[in-house]
Amino acid sequence: MDFLNPVINGFAVVLEPMNLLYCLIGVLIGMLIGVLPGLGPAATIAILLPLTYNVEPVTAIIMLAGIFYGAQYGGTITSVLLRLPGEASSVVTVFDGYQLARQGKAGTALGLAAIGSFTGGTAAIIGLTFLAPVVASFALDFGAPEYTALAMLGILLVATISSGAKAKALIAGAIGLLLATVGRDVFTGENRFTFGSLELADGIDFVPIAMGIFGLGEILYNLEERHRAAKAPSALANVWPSRKDLRQASGSIGRGSVLGFFLGILPGGGATIASMASYAMEKKRAKQPERFGKGAPEGVAGPETANNAAATSSFIPLLTLGIPANATMALMFGALLIQGVTPGPQLVEQEPDLFWGVVNSMYIGNILLLIMSLPLVGIFVKILRVRAAILAPITALITLLGAYTINNSMFDVTLVVVFGVVGYLMKKFGFEAGPLVLAFVLGSLLESSLRRSLLVFGGDPLGFFTRPISATLLIVFVLVALLPGIRIMLSKRKASAAEAASDTKIKETV
Amino acid sequence: MKAINPMPGGGDSVRAVPAVGVGPKGADDGGADFTPEQLAAQWEEDKPPAAGPLANAASSLVVLGAGIGAVALSLAMGLGTPAAPQPGLWPFLISCVLVALGAFQLVIGRHNRDAEKFTRMSLAPLTGLVTLAAMVALMPLIGFEIPALVLCIIWMRFLGSETWRSTLLVSAIVVAAFYGIFVLALNTSIPHLF
Repeated sequence: MDFLNPVINGFAVVLEPMNLLYCLIGVLIGMLIGVLPGLGPAATIAILLPLTYNVEPVTAIIMLAGIFYGAQYGGTITSVLLRLPGEASSVVTVFDGYQLARQGKAGTALGLAAIGSFTGGTAAIIGLTFLAPVVASFALDFGAPEYTALAMLGILLVATISSGAKAKALIAGAIGLLLATVGRDVFTGENRFTFGSLELADGIDFVPIAMGIFGLGEILYNLEERHRAAKAPSALANVWPSRKDLRQASGSIGRGSVLGFFLGILPGGGATIASMASYAMEKKRAKQPERFGKGAPEGVAGPETANNAAATSSFIPLLTLGIPANATMALMFGALLIQGVTPGPQLVEQEPDLFWGVVNSMYIGNILLLIMSLPLVGIFVKILRVRAAILAPITALITLLGAYTINNSMFDVTLVVVFGVVGYLMKKFGFEAGPLVLAFVLGSLLESSLRRSLLVFGGDPLGFFTRPISATLLIVFVLVALLPGIRIMLSKRKASAAEAASDTKIKETV
Repeated sequence: MKAINPMPGGGDSVRAVPAVGVGPKGADDGGADFTPEQLAAQWEEDKPPAAGPLANAASSLVVLGAGIGAVALSLAMGLGTPAAPQPGLWPFLISCVLVALGAFQLVIGRHNRDAEKFTRMSLAPLTGLVTLAAMVALMPLIGFEIPALVLCIIWMRFLGSETWRSTLLVSAIVVAAFYGIFVLALNTSIPHLF
């Protein structure tokens, strides 16, 4: 079978010692930061971007991907043991996982989560293997107008599906687009927003923005938190779930795999939404929904499966369309661009080693993670004792020194600090950083496709509606843009009553 | 059991937490039962205090100001026509969107509760920032070792209330490790004293 040849060659790429090593490093770091509350996968990937400069593209992405899905495994541990989700995508695991732990069944919860994660991840890789080439071949005919519409829709979806204030997320997106215009205009060669600075003439690099806003911003923000020493349980009983538990949870693992896979593909979807949707679905389907929140194994297995499946499948839009589906994928996009690889539909054909190497590395990564989260889970529980106060300066120094090594210039370090302040302030004022970074990476693609399409259409913006795919995408764009407005109008009356109530509540706690 | 902040960090959509549950009921913090609703309410309570309308207005005004500035600069670059755009057209479009969103947020978002108040705790990030800025300023002059050591000490002892013993020990190890990695092993050109 011709189709399978590149897939099998991909395994040869993964099995190169260097790639195996980076895969191990990636999942190990992912697991660690998943366990340690503080930095999320996006921040960690941002901080470690300079590490990827001197390695092969495939090796770099294998490592970064490992961090991402590894964090989904690690986040579970703190949710179950400490009622403290290490990752946003493990929040719902707390509900039943912690209850199971209180009943002395922490091992069961962790074991089910690990097996579910492995199943979900693996199922999603298989789905990715078959779906990605199809999507890519479909997208091969995409021209500038389709890309314009797709990029706009991607940014809008990521901003509106985010859980914070939608207008603020859109503002962040607009600022990201604006930042992308800094530097020389590729069409006319004129400088834009450089204020006479030579360093800005080439535009702002993606890495200092990502390192500052995601990395340093997060570090500064965390300084504000009280450093609570987490008390980790010293011993952990058997983590192998019983047959009965497995049988009980197998349905939710299956459903979680499918649900997570599809939610992960959607722009703006991803691990967090998938885990929440899976929890809601399991609760709705259960014969005794009242068991949920009191230690139902399905409430752990379902969401943990779904978040891993989604983490894996969110690579599909990135690797096949060149459109990142969420903030972490935007970082992968940036990392690939640094390597001189432009993700897009031609990737499967032109860089099969990279594509299949990364995809197949996930099998290995998931096996490594299963080993780490079943027999070796005790080691990671011990890591919980490392205090945030010690980690904070280390991560800050890694960020600063790493930023220097990008171009051996202090200008980049200064930019990182400046964007770190921006990132911190954005967090304080409730602006999400994800849309900004995503819009920034898509900014130049969006502008050049828009301008090229307008050239084709002779300057008539209605030309976008003469092509079926771009027309459909733009109609969806308009619908998504108008939807929250309509919904706000409808719920306005309800909200005003609720707000009065929450006002008094918050005052009490001050 | 004391309430534990659920999300001291995390990458994307950290603010997902309140969306989980619904009821802002008074959470029973006895530690007996933790239904999703109670947990969500408790997390909600444990969040930093929300900033008032003034802070919301200020952030909207900053956005508005940036947008208007960008509009002016884009106009200066020239717009051209859609068929033959000048460099200013695209930034002009975005900054118009930015101005519109900023104005919308100024009016509608006044009573949003998603901004956080600056409290005394906010002095910690400020201190952190000062040390970072100092490090950026001093690194080209005296190398990274001494500023890094000072930064570690300040962050661990004063921002993180570690003991002096562990602060000094860990700081020294950290700086030595960074020296080993960045200077000896990777041979980067990071300014260093020794």
